[in-house]
Amino acid sequence: MRTHLQKRDNRSMRMTILVPIISLLVSFLLGALVLLLSKANPLVTYQAMLKGAFGSQTKIQYTIAKAVPLLLCGLAVGVAFRLKFWNIGAEGQYIAGVIGITWVMQFWTFLPVWLLLPIGMVVGVACGALWAAIPGFLKAQWSVDETLTTLMMNYIIIGYAEYLYINAWKAPRGNMGTILYPEAAWLPRIWGRVHAGVYFALALVVVLYFILYKTRWGFELNMIGKNRRAAQCQGVCIKRNIVLGMLLSGAIAGLAGAIDSAAVTHQLTKGVNSGYGFTGIIIAWMSALNPFVSILVALIMAALETGSDALQIMKLPSAMGEVMQGLILIPLLAGSVFIDYRLVSRASHTEATP
Amino acid sequence: MKRGIVLLLIVLLVSMVAFGQGSKDKASAADAVLKVGVIYISPPGDMGYSYMHDQGTIAMEQHFGDKVEVIRMEDIPENESSERVMENLIDAGCKIIFANSYNYQQYMQNVAKRHPNVYFEHCSGYLDNPNMSNYFGRMYQMRYLSGMIAARMSASGKIGYVGAYNTPEVVRGINAFTLGVRAINPKATVTVVWTNTWFDPSLERQGAIALLDQGCDVIAQHQDTTEPAKAAVERGKYAIGYNADFGKIVGDERVLVSPMWNWGNYMIPTIQSVLDGTWKSQSYWGGLEDEMIHLSPISPLVPADMVKAVEAKQQEMHDKKWDVFWGEIRDNTGAVRQKSGEKMSDEAMLTIDWFVEGVIGSVY
Repeated sequence: MRTHLQKRDNRSMRMTILVPIISLLVSFLLGALVLLLSKANPLVTYQAMLKGAFGSQTKIQYTIAKAVPLLLCGLAVGVAFRLKFWNIGAEGQYIAGVIGITWVMQFWTFLPVWLLLPIGMVVGVACGALWAAIPGFLKAQWSVDETLTTLMMNYIIIGYAEYLYINAWKAPRGNMGTILYPEAAWLPRIWGRVHAGVYFALALVVVLYFILYKTRWGFELNMIGKNRRAAQCQGVCIKRNIVLGMLLSGAIAGLAGAIDSAAVTHQLTKGVNSGYGFTGIIIAWMSALNPFVSILVALIMAALETGSDALQIMKLPSAMGEVMQGLILIPLLAGSVFIDYRLVSRASHTEATP
Repeated sequence: MKRGIVLLLIVLLVSMVAFGQGSKDKASAADAVLKVGVIYISPPGDMGYSYMHDQGTIAMEQHFGDKVEVIRMEDIPENESSERVMENLIDAGCKIIFANSYNYQQYMQNVAKRHPNVYFEHCSGYLDNPNMSNYFGRMYQMRYLSGMIAARMSASGKIGYVGAYNTPEVVRGINAFTLGVRAINPKATVTVVWTNTWFDPSLERQGAIALLDQGCDVIAQHQDTTEPAKAAVERGKYAIGYNADFGKIVGDERVLVSPMWNWGNYMIPTIQSVLDGTWKSQSYWGGLEDEMIHLSPISPLVPADMVKAVEAKQQEMHDKKWDVFWGEIRDNTGAVRQKSGEKMSDEAMLTIDWFVEGVIGSVY
């Protein structure tokens, strides 16, 4: 019995829900295999990981705090992906946000302290948006491949951030990193380690859902992604929308950076290229670009990281955590084919072919 | 059939969670054992910085045997994740936690304030707390000695130095090394390149190659891997190691000598003080007298009279008759930074941000 893939007439709703669930289960099974090979009991290990991520109030707090920048980066990437604009640069746009807020916190000292946080966040958002607008403009104007430009621009800004925290903006005492933001300008913690960034992230989910699904502009973005030619015929200005879409995407990534540094790191320092922007790609993809689903996926990705401490505490190698995270993605990407395609056996299909 | 697979998967997952329940709370019997948490910036497989820390941890484990249990956390990023890792170590029962890199400092202090009953040991920083110490070693003394050897073996008088970051620790090492170089050959220079990373085998190698291309014939390094040394010996030039005995690891006599750490000599007395209940917060900067630092065996290529000269200098430092940053020191613009007869204070050494005469390069 030969089988082949056949495109579905419509995206299968059932598969959209089933594929992520089954993929997760498959990846847990694959993970179990790897664990067995390293002579660990998968049941005990998964149990320990679960406990590591959600086992106590503090652990839940760390997981939620970790999920906030991940969710925002996932939303940022999701907006661009909706246009089929492959923004691999959320990492750089995130860093632009950190640089923006740090610039305000460190040098706009003429402002009253209570104004530093809101203005810093606005500047951070603007920096992220501008950094994303460059590849957006290049794509719109000259069709420059955005995958390359967004990716490469990450390395430019990582290098620039290094220059800032090692040289130009380095605090007088200490090894590296800028001076800490004034304590009165920190984004407050609302529940243990969980900070007020949660409000921003959740509010943004609602706003984005409204924009993307209920407004004319959201409809236009969707149409460009689904069928660019048709959108053009309908009079949608593609160039303008690509730049606008990237401005929004970069602004959200910049917000992620501004929030995380205002609430957690309080400075620009080593570790600013934390990989949130790259994980954001996974989150956007796994959530099928749906903002609400992104919340769940971001929590899962955060839990995978916070939970993987348990692996080392159980004396497993440090690389095991990353292996487990990687194993999540493969079945999911492989499985997502079935949302748009169905597996058909040659025999049942013959009557359709002439 | 598809539904069958789904069901099977769900049953498997549920059983995993259910069976896992039974295995908790087995730790209570082992309360007599002191649990020690150790956090490393890189995997000890780097054969450099974290490797030497782990050698210290292993020495400590062997010293105390069944009385301690070590939980290692490797490759932990220097951001809030490290705070979470420390919390997890405390949950796992650790009573004392070591962390081996500078940027853990702020996070460790946060955790220390939340857990007054746990002891914290931070390597290479300057913050302390009633329950948090910082510790480090006077590696600059060994840098000076290795500089003497480098100068003697350099035909061109051009020596290269691959530096990680422009932190006081690295700058101090380069300065001490250069003072050692100049003590033997007053015309020799030390050219510095920055890699802006502690641990990146390929960038470290590139840095060394850039220096070799400029005509340097001895390569010293402040990096975590052996790559700069390897790049030098592969071209038939000399290398000065760091952290571990690179001569042994690289397997080449052209690795002349390596300034080395002996972290066990700090960890063992520290753990002993916890067991005795006498642990106290401190700012510890150990030198030759505590054998926190030492030189690897010197390569047979180095002439015997040079080895003697190095040993004599080492003895002077050990007896505190002389130290590296004593006397007149000029910076590399020619300005006098310290008058003759003066001794540099620890505070000045710990915050140094300028190069001595003879260094080609800039801190910023």
